[in-house]
Amino acid sequence: MCGIISVIDRLGNSMNGEAIKKALSLMNERGSGEGAGYAVYGAYPDFADYYALHLFYDNLVEPKVAVEELLEKWGKIEHSEEIPTYSKGRMLKKHIPWRYFFKPDTSLFASSESLEEDIIISLITRINTKVNGALVYSSGKNIGVFKASGWPEEVADFYRIQDYEGYLWLAHNRYPTNTSGWWGGAHPFNLLDWSVIHNGEITSYGTNKRYLESFGYKCTMLTDTEVVAYLADLLGRRHELPPEMMVKALAPPFWDEIDEMSGKDRDIYTALRMAYGPAMMNGPFAIVVARPDYIAGFTDRIKLRPMVAAESGDRLYISSEEAAIRTMEPNLENIWMPDAGEPVIGRLRR
Amino acid sequence: MSTGATPSKYRIKVDHDQCMLCERCIDNCSYGVFRREGQKIAVDSHKCTACHRCIAMCPRDAIELEEKPNDYRSHPVWTREAREAIYKQANSGQIILSGMGNALDYPIIFDRLVLDACQVTNPSIDPLREPMELRTYLGKKPRQIVLDRTKKGDYDLKTKLSPNLMLETPVMIGHMSYGAISLNAQLSMAKAVSELGTFMGTGEGGLHKDLYPYQNHMIVQVASGRFGVDINYLERGSAIEIKIGQGAKPGIGGHLPGEKVEEDVSKTRMIPLHSDAISPAPHHDIYSIEDLAQLVRSLKEATEWKKPVFVKIAAVHNVAAIAAGIARSSADAVVIDGFRGGTGAAPRVFRDHVGIPIEAAIAAVDEKLRHQGIRNEVSLIASGGIRDSADLTKAIALGADAVYIGTAALIAMGCRVCGSCYRGLCPWGIATQRPELVSRINPDEASKNVANLIKGWTLELAELMGAAGINSLESLRGNRDRLRGYMLDEEMMKVLDVKMIGA
Repeated sequence: MCGIISVIDRLGNSMNGEAIKKALSLMNERGSGEGAGYAVYGAYPDFADYYALHLFYDNLVEPKVAVEELLEKWGKIEHSEEIPTYSKGRMLKKHIPWRYFFKPDTSLFASSESLEEDIIISLITRINTKVNGALVYSSGKNIGVFKASGWPEEVADFYRIQDYEGYLWLAHNRYPTNTSGWWGGAHPFNLLDWSVIHNGEITSYGTNKRYLESFGYKCTMLTDTEVVAYLADLLGRRHELPPEMMVKALAPPFWDEIDEMSGKDRDIYTALRMAYGPAMMNGPFAIVVARPDYIAGFTDRIKLRPMVAAESGDRLYISSEEAAIRTMEPNLENIWMPDAGEPVIGRLRR
Repeated sequence: MSTGATPSKYRIKVDHDQCMLCERCIDNCSYGVFRREGQKIAVDSHKCTACHRCIAMCPRDAIELEEKPNDYRSHPVWTREAREAIYKQANSGQIILSGMGNALDYPIIFDRLVLDACQVTNPSIDPLREPMELRTYLGKKPRQIVLDRTKKGDYDLKTKLSPNLMLETPVMIGHMSYGAISLNAQLSMAKAVSELGTFMGTGEGGLHKDLYPYQNHMIVQVASGRFGVDINYLERGSAIEIKIGQGAKPGIGGHLPGEKVEEDVSKTRMIPLHSDAISPAPHHDIYSIEDLAQLVRSLKEATEWKKPVFVKIAAVHNVAAIAAGIARSSADAVVIDGFRGGTGAAPRVFRDHVGIPIEAAIAAVDEKLRHQGIRNEVSLIASGGIRDSADLTKAIALGADAVYIGTAALIAMGCRVCGSCYRGLCPWGIATQRPELVSRINPDEASKNVANLIKGWTLELAELMGAAGINSLESLRGNRDRLRGYMLDEEMMKVLDVKMIGA
């Protein structure tokens, strides 16, 4: 059991982290005080052209030297600083969060379709698998993930999440079973433009993971959530599927439903299932994936985890609980419970 | 003959108090074990194959069968089998023939793998109340889907799909030819697969016209003898399978004895009456992987690219690399036949000593194809020693798309695995062409038995998947995280890419 909440302002207007902190804290029942996190899009307007790499360091000696050597070898660090934190009470600073604003040097790499992004992915894979005591957990442009072990309000206060502003937020309250207490195991999970919050357990993990590995991804986070981000990256970015069709590949209609469809839809959905069968996610889940231009929320095909969506003006909310949304915005125009597997998509209009 | 007679393998005893002299045993035993002598039934146990036909048909339960009544002095090296093989060869100077699958006591890897189930953190799914999808498509799949947004706001599919076979359950029946088995046996299986929405293979024996009504569920085979192959045959099949080798006898061809080639068999195979049908060891137009690719393309051209083409190989040491080569041709599926695969007749030394088990072969092939980034573009069919729904489920979790069963389907029609198929006297009407024996199978009834077996397995597969929180076959395929090794050594678990129990 976990609690998730997400909001997008479809005009791109900024919100600070105060409201979402309150909303997530309201769902403390769904967590265990061992992990919470926030992702904000539009966090770093001054460095919008640089990849914002957030790392957890175990110390500032060997891992930091190794990482910086690697980054300087393959590109330019425009700015480097410790992420400000404010320890008090129960929150122990088990890792030192650090951020770099980084640009890779594309002239150093063999050509590919999406050169910069592929370089960043290969650097992240190298750091996370080869450098002891360093973990990259956030890497998007103008995006910041802030997470740790603790209750939602403790983690928020640790980073002073209310001081950050952005037009799109994700937040997650964790009840871990797999990797308890590990900061890297907290959500949101991020890779480049993609961020994911996830309530559930992916029973198809073994299939999904092996499928992704055959496309060069390496799963290093010990959690099933990272496959969601990689699947989204593969289908949404590399294979260029539009978000609603990507969701339909990840949580597809049943064959009985496909058989009933009209000719054209039947062909499309049959093709999606045939090509992306190993990408299909099974097991109970409610997930929100975000990119700079949209959020997409969806559940597993028989909706074994809750998901509620609501609208107020230009803002679209997706959450585990209606009460959490109402904490953020008491005056909702529209609130509904999406069907199993039906995507809820909020697109940026600007 | 200086070796003398070997002791009989079985002893048959008739309880004369029970026996009512109905002579059903005499009628039913095609091996001639029983005869009437005055007011009692006399037996010649030496002829017995333990086919159980007499026991199954005796109305008074009067027949008793004992295995190895007179055994040899026990010895760990010079087993009964070792000694008898020597007596046999000392007398014949020939290759020893045997039927059915590998009979050596190798550990069965399937039995050292355990499946997973959900508790608390995710709910198991009840297949009686929730949808459970066992449908699978066999054939080439696109690497990615390309959609074009239309002016209306919906999408057009730009990717062209190759023809695939649609299976409603991932269990098919493998290739057992008309000739090796009877027409009634084939008919029974053909009716069953048609009813269930799955497929069976014709083997290298052509397609008898009585099977035409079921041709949409038949996979036709092109093997090294090319028996029964013409354009009519190719066009009738729902898919075409090139057989390179089989698990029971990798590296060698086939031999259907002339006695089995009666009129209908000779017509269907397109060979002269009572002539031996000898399939060469290799295809003499395939001496390399590029030759195979040519044959795949030729068959596709001949059938206008409307049918999937499968390639079947025996699981040998280098199976993964060979499968990867096949996958890179236009072939739509690779069939891997493990060393426990059955057969009507194989040299015993091949049956028992050549090839590798299917579990390791699936794991190795699946992994190789994934490393080359082409796993989902080609299907993987596993066969050879699949005994029940647990083997089926584990085979899929290791990476197979579907399985072929052979022996299990024959057992569903009465076969007792006596291993004498090559003699053509099968008292169950399966591995024989004698009309009086063949007529013992009623295809309407036997087809129900075969269908029931596959239905039962399918229900069990659905339950196992539901318990594991999976409601679609795609999410079980290659999901080795849902398997654990129990008493398997570390190197074996590395090959299988599964963790140990408790890990």
